[in-house]
Amino acid sequence: MSMHSFVARFSSSAADPLSLSLQSRNATQADDEDAGIPIELWGSQAGFGSLASQGGHSFAVPKVPNPAEFLRMHTDEHEGKIKIQHGTTCLAFRFKGGVIVAVDSRASAGSYIASGTVKKVLEINKYLLGTMAGGGADCQYWETYLGIQCRLHELRNGERMSVAAASKYLANLVYGYKGMGLSMATMICGWDKSGPAVYYVDSDGTRMKGDVFSVGSGSTFAYGVLDQGYKWDLSDEEAQELGRRSIYAAGHRDAYTGNTVNLYHVRENGWEFINNYDISKLHYEGPGGITSEGYGYSVRTAEQTSRSAENDAMQEVEGDLV
Amino acid sequence: MELNGGSVVAMVGKNCVAIASDLRLGNQALTVATNFEKVFPVTDRIYLGLPGLATDVATLRERFRYRVNMYTIKEEREIEPETFAHLVSSTLYEKRFGPYFIEPVVAGLTSPERGSKPFIAATDLIGCLNFAKDFVVCGTASSKLFGVAEGLWEPDLEPDELFETISQTLLNAVDRDAFSGWGAIVHVITPEKVVTRTLKGRMD
Repeated sequence: MSMHSFVARFSSSAADPLSLSLQSRNATQADDEDAGIPIELWGSQAGFGSLASQGGHSFAVPKVPNPAEFLRMHTDEHEGKIKIQHGTTCLAFRFKGGVIVAVDSRASAGSYIASGTVKKVLEINKYLLGTMAGGGADCQYWETYLGIQCRLHELRNGERMSVAAASKYLANLVYGYKGMGLSMATMICGWDKSGPAVYYVDSDGTRMKGDVFSVGSGSTFAYGVLDQGYKWDLSDEEAQELGRRSIYAAGHRDAYTGNTVNLYHVRENGWEFINNYDISKLHYEGPGGITSEGYGYSVRTAEQTSRSAENDAMQEVEGDLV
Repeated sequence: MELNGGSVVAMVGKNCVAIASDLRLGNQALTVATNFEKVFPVTDRIYLGLPGLATDVATLRERFRYRVNMYTIKEEREIEPETFAHLVSSTLYEKRFGPYFIEPVVAGLTSPERGSKPFIAATDLIGCLNFAKDFVVCGTASSKLFGVAEGLWEPDLEPDELFETISQTLLNAVDRDAFSGWGAIVHVITPEKVVTRTLKGRMD
């Protein structure tokens, strides 16, 4: 079973995998992507039916000699935009107590905030988390698919797939679609035999192992807080606070990041969802618990700046008219 | 508009008007300051909102101060809001082929001699006047402001009701706009006094 049957179907030679041969386009299957699926399988496999029955992916591609080039011309990658789509901050870091994963929840379309309740942490399985930046659909689909492959691996080999293997599977998979407009930048986080692990994978084909990563339009703001507070020996509470504060910082300064923080902690026995925090509430009141103070600096600089009190509370200035 | 961000809304009430703006100053996606006011007094009873390019906010503010002062000296009386709106319009049209990137909003009351009647107006960046009888919106959140204002505004609101309506309109609209928000400021103008309030808003 080749995961590159898609490539094989449309390539004229192995050396030139993305050029579409005219002969193969004449085949009925190219015109009808559902051909070959047994009727009894219809609608029973949550959209992954074509993968199960044909042993590979079968996406309709533009009927031109070179679909990759065609897609490059007609997707936003051409304008040099897409990439890490404006509108997210995700971070993950490794420490003594496991992996912390924190993300925001804003989805924007231009200046319009389309949603403030997006789940950008994808729960691949009990031990693996993936973050979502770039094309939401691309991340969701391929990380779900990765979950399927991880489960099959577990069934076949009697042990879980390592984070290294899972991330490499995903990196190789998206590399097969390079130039065709896939847009995703993700951190694959988990705990395997080797301990806590974080890998950065994106649709260019990049795959990096590391301790601290931050991705998206607000990543620079998150890195600022993260780098300042990071050390290996962080306690669980300190690490969670660092993740939460870093996303808050991005939410405050970056227009495309905001609304809420979703915080996860991966330990030896799998991931745990810690909580969801409103970023504006973090600014004014803090998360509660260990820090009772708001994260906003106006709390710390009250009475010390030129306009201190004015922005802190609702203030009334009444002036009489002549 | 989307370089620095920011939005302004003005509404008519019963014998009163209100004008409000957000407090964000940005450089594209980066929020630089959260205390950048965009509404300025022109006379005791006329306020001018200048959402748009921050450098032009400062320039136009001074330019209108100069022109209103010259008008006051020559005419020996305070300018009427409608006259001021035309002054705004012609000032902008002077730069027809290299405009200021500002969409001004005027809110005020006519002079007591002319009945202290509510007046609001807005123009586009080259001075096309829009005299509205209900509300006007400008800035990066304008499309969202239209939606919320259309749902919340009603005729003949008292000053305190108008304050509530314009505050809710602005706060909720900018929560759907990436380039506006980070606090707000509201001015309610009545024949007796002007009440200015700074509002807490979402800081993300």
